[in-house]
Amino acid sequence: MTKQVRQLDRVIIRFAGDSGDGMQLTGDRFTQETATLGNDLSTLPNFPAEIRAPAGTLPGVSSFQVHFADHDILTPGDAPNVLVAMNPAALKANLGDLPKGSTIIVDTHDFTNRNLTRAGYNGSNPLEDDTLDAYDVHQVDLTTLTVESVKEFGLSRKDASRAKNMFALGLLSWLYGRPTEPTISFLERKFASAPDIRDANITAFNTGWNFGETTETFAVSYEVKPAPMPAGTYRNITGNVALAYGLIAASVQSRLPLFLGSYPITPASDVLHELSKHKRFGVVTFQAEDEIAGVGAALGASFGGGLGVTTTSGPGIALKSETVGLAVMLELPLLICDIQRGGPSTGLPTKTEQADLLQAMFGRNSEAPLPVIAPRSPADCFDTAVEAARIAITYRTPVMLLSDGYLANGSEPWLIPDIAELPAIEADFATEPNHETADGEREFWPYLRDPETLARPWAVPGTPGLEHRIGGLEKADGHGNISYDPTNHDLMVRTRQAKVDRVADIIGPTDVDDPSGDARILVVGWGSTYGPIGAAVRQVRAAGTPVAQAHLRHLNPFPADLGDVLRRYERVLVPEMNLGQLAMLLRAKYLVDVVGYNRVRGLPFQSSELADAIADLVSSLDQPDHDPWQQELRR
Amino acid sequence: MTTELPMPGLRDVPTTEEPQTRKDFGSDQEVRWCPGCGDYAVLAAVQGFLPDLGLKKENIVFVSGIGCAARFPYYLDTFGLHSIHGRAPAIATGLAVTRPDLSVWVVTGDGDALSIGGNHLIHALRRNLNITILLFNNRIYGLTKGQYSPTSEAGKVTKSTPMGSVDTPFNPISLALGAEATFVARTIDSNRKHLTGVLRAAAAHRGAALVEIYQNCPIFNDGAFEAFKDRDTADAALIPLTHGQPVTFGADGEYAVVRDHASGAFFAVETAEVDEARIHVHDAHGHDSSAAFSLSRLTDAGHLHRAPIGIFRQIERPTYDDQARTQISAAREKSGDGDLDALLNSGDTWNVA
Ligand code: SF4
Repeated sequence: MTKQVRQLDRVIIRFAGDSGDGMQLTGDRFTQETATLGNDLSTLPNFPAEIRAPAGTLPGVSSFQVHFADHDILTPGDAPNVLVAMNPAALKANLGDLPKGSTIIVDTHDFTNRNLTRAGYNGSNPLEDDTLDAYDVHQVDLTTLTVESVKEFGLSRKDASRAKNMFALGLLSWLYGRPTEPTISFLERKFASAPDIRDANITAFNTGWNFGETTETFAVSYEVKPAPMPAGTYRNITGNVALAYGLIAASVQSRLPLFLGSYPITPASDVLHELSKHKRFGVVTFQAEDEIAGVGAALGASFGGGLGVTTTSGPGIALKSETVGLAVMLELPLLICDIQRGGPSTGLPTKTEQADLLQAMFGRNSEAPLPVIAPRSPADCFDTAVEAARIAITYRTPVMLLSDGYLANGSEPWLIPDIAELPAIEADFATEPNHETADGEREFWPYLRDPETLARPWAVPGTPGLEHRIGGLEKADGHGNISYDPTNHDLMVRTRQAKVDRVADIIGPTDVDDPSGDARILVVGWGSTYGPIGAAVRQVRAAGTPVAQAHLRHLNPFPADLGDVLRRYERVLVPEMNLGQLAMLLRAKYLVDVVGYNRVRGLPFQSSELADAIADLVSSLDQPDHDPWQQELRR
Repeated sequence: MTTELPMPGLRDVPTTEEPQTRKDFGSDQEVRWCPGCGDYAVLAAVQGFLPDLGLKKENIVFVSGIGCAARFPYYLDTFGLHSIHGRAPAIATGLAVTRPDLSVWVVTGDGDALSIGGNHLIHALRRNLNITILLFNNRIYGLTKGQYSPTSEAGKVTKSTPMGSVDTPFNPISLALGAEATFVARTIDSNRKHLTGVLRAAAAHRGAALVEIYQNCPIFNDGAFEAFKDRDTADAALIPLTHGQPVTFGADGEYAVVRDHASGAFFAVETAEVDEARIHVHDAHGHDSSAAFSLSRLTDAGHLHRAPIGIFRQIERPTYDDQARTQISAAREKSGDGDLDALLNSGDTWNVA
């Protein structure tokens, strides 16, 4: 039987099941197959904070969404076209996100009375009543088919049914014409030491593929052609891995040994895991006794002439803030990577948010300025890490890098950079005394600054003649001895600020995307909202309305021309996954009446809601009484 | 006099042939402790003893936290880092792991090390970092003007405890032994010779060395160690510990330490009254720390009238920093130095023409 193959330009699939069903692995493998095929893609894993919430319940549902296309895309997609639901809870938890007419592939095996009740379907079975009438539903007993297919390996029923995620993956791989080779070799590697598990998984995967090909349940399969992308070598990468690679690259480029001091915390731990694999680069990973020790040890490594880094999430930043203040005072390079998550307090550990911006800016006692930068996409975490190191080392300052849970776990294809193109980073350690006293003696003054950058010399222990003492107490300008002098303190406070402000000298102007030059509205964002904002801007433009977009990598200092850029537009819209933190900074600094669009749901924005918000603002332009702040409050 | 070799703790620290004197280690900073403070004696001992080590002074780093003692690094012409309250062991960790060529010292106090920084102290000890920790114990908060500390005796009347503190104090030696420390010693500011001897052994030790120094604060807790300083009482109050020697004390060794076999506890008796074979012979090198712990319990918890001094424990155990570096060199030996291009191009890649 030859089946029909239909062309699609893009597809959004969501795999959903119990936390124990291996949905993250399934999604990840499907993504790798898709990447190898050359589609552009973007992913959104979504899992509960509990490692194993009670099986079959709504809180236990884990999902993985992948959006792939034959063209350049920016987000994991607003709503899935296809839902793969492994049990009643997965169906119930995700159905609300599914537009009518979408496809549902459901494992019928667990739709028993008990499991239906556990998922909150009281007394009715959605597979039998009219709940799913508006959808294209494929009911398949995946579990039984899987167990049957792997009989020969003599596994327990429980172990055999575990391979059902590979059956589902095989089926979806057939349905969308994905290559199977990468997954088979992955399974061979992963289960090399357990041959029966390996064979069962491979068999389930192949059986799933054949099931699609041979049964009548699926009449059509689909094809999504590769996307035209710039030439080069690609790989798929998550934000946390890209961040780890960026840190290693910064270490290589600066020839400074990388030292990571870190305490496990979701969603940052994967950076620690990744870096701990790369000892061949001289990377030291220190799993500290707490967050404070993590950053303290990193600062100690920086004092010794290393590239000190600490990784954490918002609650960890709160604990580290005193040490970060010390780093501001010591004026030593230090990278603090905050993989933001929902808060306050423990908040939503596995969900995304960008509400630590003001904490990064101001979350220390007194005037303690430091540069703040944020990546815009998973792959951009690489470049941002290199950039953060470049600033930290050039200006002898701690730098805060704000990633988030969505970037950390989400992935996209990455055009692997040519390492010859990476910026050179010069540590430029002090080797000689830098001051001559009245009686002609040469001395070392640790706070005598470079006139251009205002950076102080970095003199590491082991350098003869440069022995000196530094600390958290205020120091006199130049020679750096303790000073309680009022005028000196005022000067030092202003100088530390001026030094951070001067980072604007090396970051270039604001990158404004306004192709027609006719836009009246500018949308400004930062961090992981780049994808949804960019997709929304495209939608609005496609509908005939010009709109400009600027996405800020540098949040402190801002690019020097940002005020002028903002004033060029009639209105500025600032969408943020917080209650208006960047908006507050822009208003305070530039006295521009920016309009916020704020949602704090623990999930990335949908591009459609942003497109609506832009359209609303556009239509308000010619209504003189319209007050967008009031409108926002009424929402 | 130079210290006898080998000093494994300083194995990788470069030495100099140039003769050094204590003056070489004095900085240009005016020392600002109160007159009569015990810190002066410790500073003098350290400045006097550092030349013995013959190390390049640029390879010596003193890291401190907050408190009166934490000013120590400013007064030494080495590299110094006066950090924040309680965090010196954490900062020293990053330094010691990445720089085996440095001699790293932590200077801390009873509040800094045992209260706000307690977590970092115990973890530095259990990890056995190659650092030397000088814990100045004056049993009071000095810099904040006289509140009780975690080593103050219960019932201590201070500004913050007008009716007496209701806290049970820490015994720093017991704590360090419980934290798996490999070198634990106690000395006293007023006994220069003993202080120097203990410092030398601590510097020689490869691993975390904790030295508790009884240090008088004449301003807020004067006389806390009077029993050890008063000529009439000192001999009967201090119990000197020497590895391999029977534990006896008193001007003529008239007291001895014996073990109660039922409870395992040590207690003091008159030497004349016991069979010599029952007198405990101190073994600082035994891997089991029970005897050292029991000896530490001979310290009074209230007003001090009696305390053992000397090295309670001194054993060999691989250090965290040596092992971390060994893992790196092993990884490099096995698969070669990291290659950035290969790393970025690892995993499933594809080409777009
Ligand atoms: S307050 Fe006490 S410990 Fe502090 S400097 Fe004065 S005497 Fe020394």
